[in-house]
Amino acid sequence: MVDSRVRIKDHWNEQRIFSQRTLGALVVVAVLVLVLIGRLVFLQVMRHDYYTELSQGNRVRLDPIPASRGLIFDRNGKVMADNEPAYQLELVREQVPDLNDTLNRLTALGLIDRDEVEDTRRIILSRRTFDSVPVRLRLTDEEIGAFAVHRYQFPGVDLATRQTRHYPLGQLAVHALGYVSAISVQDLEHIDRVTYAGTTLIGKLGVESAYERPLHGKNGYREILVNAQGRSVQREGAFAAELHSQAPIAGDDLVLSIDVATQQAAEDALGDHRGAVVAIDPANGDVLALVSKPGFDPAAFARGLSRSEYAALSDDIDKPLFNRALRGTYPSGSTIKPVIALAGLTYHVVDPSRQEFCAGVFHLPGSSRLFREGKGGKHGWVDLEHAIARSCDVYFYGLAATIGAEHIADFMAPFGYGALTGIDISGEKPGLLPSPEWKRKAFKRPEDQIWFPGETVNFGVGQGYLLVTPLQLAHVASVLAERGKSFQPRLVTGVRDIEGHLKAIAPVQLPAIDNVSDAAWDLVLRGMMGATTYGTAAAISKGASYLIAGKTGTAQVFSVGQNEKYVEKNVAERLRDHAWFIAFAPADAPRIAIAVLVENGGFGASAAAPIARRVMDAYLLHQSTAPAANVAVPESQASD
Amino acid sequence: MIDDFGYARTRRTLSSTAKLLSVLNLDGPLLVGLGLLALYGLAILYSASGQSLDTVLRTLVRIALGTAAMLALTHASPNLLRRLSPWIYVIGIALLLVVELTGVIGKGAQRWLNLGIVRFQPSEVMKLAVPMLAAWYLHDRPLPPDWRAMLMLAVIIFLPAGLVAMQPDLGTAALIAASGALLALMAGLSLRIVIVLVLLAVGGAFAGWHFLHDYQRERVLTFLNPQTDPLGAGYHIIQSQIALGSGGLFGKGWMHGSQAQLQFLPERSTDFIFAVVGEEFGLIGLILLLALYLFIVARALWLAMQTNDTYSRLLGLCIALTFFVYVFINAGMVSGLLPVVGVPLPLVSYGGTSVVTLLAGFGILMGLYSHRKLVGS
Repeated sequence: MVDSRVRIKDHWNEQRIFSQRTLGALVVVAVLVLVLIGRLVFLQVMRHDYYTELSQGNRVRLDPIPASRGLIFDRNGKVMADNEPAYQLELVREQVPDLNDTLNRLTALGLIDRDEVEDTRRIILSRRTFDSVPVRLRLTDEEIGAFAVHRYQFPGVDLATRQTRHYPLGQLAVHALGYVSAISVQDLEHIDRVTYAGTTLIGKLGVESAYERPLHGKNGYREILVNAQGRSVQREGAFAAELHSQAPIAGDDLVLSIDVATQQAAEDALGDHRGAVVAIDPANGDVLALVSKPGFDPAAFARGLSRSEYAALSDDIDKPLFNRALRGTYPSGSTIKPVIALAGLTYHVVDPSRQEFCAGVFHLPGSSRLFREGKGGKHGWVDLEHAIARSCDVYFYGLAATIGAEHIADFMAPFGYGALTGIDISGEKPGLLPSPEWKRKAFKRPEDQIWFPGETVNFGVGQGYLLVTPLQLAHVASVLAERGKSFQPRLVTGVRDIEGHLKAIAPVQLPAIDNVSDAAWDLVLRGMMGATTYGTAAAISKGASYLIAGKTGTAQVFSVGQNEKYVEKNVAERLRDHAWFIAFAPADAPRIAIAVLVENGGFGASAAAPIARRVMDAYLLHQSTAPAANVAVPESQASD
Repeated sequence: MIDDFGYARTRRTLSSTAKLLSVLNLDGPLLVGLGLLALYGLAILYSASGQSLDTVLRTLVRIALGTAAMLALTHASPNLLRRLSPWIYVIGIALLLVVELTGVIGKGAQRWLNLGIVRFQPSEVMKLAVPMLAAWYLHDRPLPPDWRAMLMLAVIIFLPAGLVAMQPDLGTAALIAASGALLALMAGLSLRIVIVLVLLAVGGAFAGWHFLHDYQRERVLTFLNPQTDPLGAGYHIIQSQIALGSGGLFGKGWMHGSQAQLQFLPERSTDFIFAVVGEEFGLIGLILLLALYLFIVARALWLAMQTNDTYSRLLGLCIALTFFVYVFINAGMVSGLLPVVGVPLPLVSYGGTSVVTLLAGFGILMGLYSHRKLVGS
């Protein structure tokens, strides 16, 4: 029928092919749809949670809310550091009709520096159009006023506030408080970036740095809805319900041991001198005043210093950034004598009633070297008490030589010489307590490792290798005041959380000096009282209603040849001796121990002692004038 | 009786509707399926475009144009269409050449022909012109096609596909080739040859790698591993899967899909609108959508099978299956089964000439069905 070579259409066959193929196509379609649905079930049912989380992360950003930094109060509740709003000018590009015109008009108003217009414009253009870009930081009150008047002419430009640190007392106690400044690259290495998200300022020195953790508080956050470009979108209803926020928890307040009135008196008394004053309550180690001069303005750091401003501070020959109270190390001078006297009495190598003759020069047996009376002159016959009161070098040259360097160092160490006092802010220097053993370790060349007898002699009057900080000497004064009882100096006495619970920090008692007899204490303290009544510092007791025990000191900046005489007026100001004075009062029931250092001040009696008097007066006589209403929650009420 | 009266009225209404459909050469079930799909699509588009009424109105205009084309084409008899097929094909090729020479740059590729008021993609026309010519060619020939017919079919398919691929629009080229290939399959192409051709295609894909543009290679590579470039080329795939996955079983609700509304999902109202459905209406919404598509495809296949000349059957089956291929490629792309190729979701995605061509195709199909010769037993 059908020719096999000439194919013709076979409709029945075609019908069969179509039917089969259509059926096959339907099967394939069904299989593909099932594959698709399988895939959708996998995505939408099995991995639903995973993708929900991704979608949540897509649209929600955390906007940190910085916690406000804890406040700092003095012992009487006077505010030493708080927060205040700082105003800055911010611009949102997409809301500004004409950017160049706006910038020009802001410049005309003096709100943008003419030199900075180009930079500002570049910064604005580099950011997203909906970002609020700061165009001018730290506006003054006048500038805020100037802008407020013209505000309606500047759509898209507005004032923004942020919290900044404020020190209501200015430079007062800056070396104790420290300061805050912008978080630096170095800071980022040791802080938790999550904790600090949104925080702009961090404590840099002093209490602000040491107590950074409680002061900082806990930042909160606000979830904000953003679209794919990162623009915050406000949509009522649709997504708002899923957004959470967490309020920040403000940092804890600190209560310092500082007494602002005493601190102020100390700063005033030191005046324009370079130097340091540290006053301590000997009964518990509370630092009542901590002064290092010159100081600097901590507000400038919180605001942000320009490079040249910082250079001016750090290159200043008077080193205002240098904390002399903690980090300045000086020879102790004659302030060492009460301790040497105690050592002599404790080692029983001195008869306190025996008088030595001071002819102004000491001859060390077996040595040709002469050791001169520091101030020149001679004291004639002096016993131990008078040697302290009148600061007789010759007496102590001999006493030191008798005790021996090793014994002196052993006796002095418990007073805190050559070691950190452990004050609760960082940066403290240990100074140096020399001894023959120290010398063997410290020097490389064998000839340098030998301790010479002459070095022991100098040790007796606080010259030579011995180095102390003003803080250490204040601590020594407080140990003397308490007859051997010793407390670690501290600046912070309590931490108050935002609910007002004050957590008192207990004083830290250090091992007491218990090898000294009462008689020895009596004798030496009598010598120190003698110094302020008939001795070297007799002038400072004039008109005082309380008894003062003190000791002057003079630390040599450069050595005077053994046959020369130190004549103050011939020496350039910065080469003059440093003046020391340590004291405590009232001598019969001590409430304040103090060390004063006046760099290049000359003699301790004239330069340093009057300063100490003014500080003690402020603390002992005017203490009751502190406003009672401001008094912090008394420590006795502290619950935990 | 009231009941009888209501029943009678309903019957009268139904019968008059049937009469109207019959006069217009339309198929009721297919029309209902397309209508429901268009409504669903408009609802989604309103949400996906960020509540843009403008977008919805533009789409309505396109649907109206497509409906007009559909109504017109239902009246074309199979004989007329068959005779016109070669001319349509020739005109289509000519337009492709014009685009190639003078085409307006659109999205970095030359695809559009600017006709003053409307811009028009000649490659869309080829999606219909290729199966029409292929059906025309096979109409008088015995099936299954012999190797000479196969060769001719290959030329018919790959001439326009090659031109479109040069634009370069790989997606449309593949779809044109697919419509031709589907027709050949329905014509009874031996399955052994199919297997050989598939192997050849795979080999060709590896060889063709060299001829791909960088962005095309990137698409393939990121399809294979989207995480390598989460913000670049992989972004589309990752974001669409997040949209689908976070939609879950029931979806986040109409206009409440955060991926779509906050613009994390790129091309949300065009190529990736399938993900918006998945995000806002969930798996349920997608299954409903797929069911609509499946119904349309099944009805279209049934209509094609009822015709009784080779040209009508081949063209009808091809139109029905091509429609499914579009759906599958788009859904597969959005759900990460297939690489990202620019294929819109039929009748739902916004823009392009595709709404008009698709509805025109269904018009042709309904015309073929209503003009079938009723063969007596």
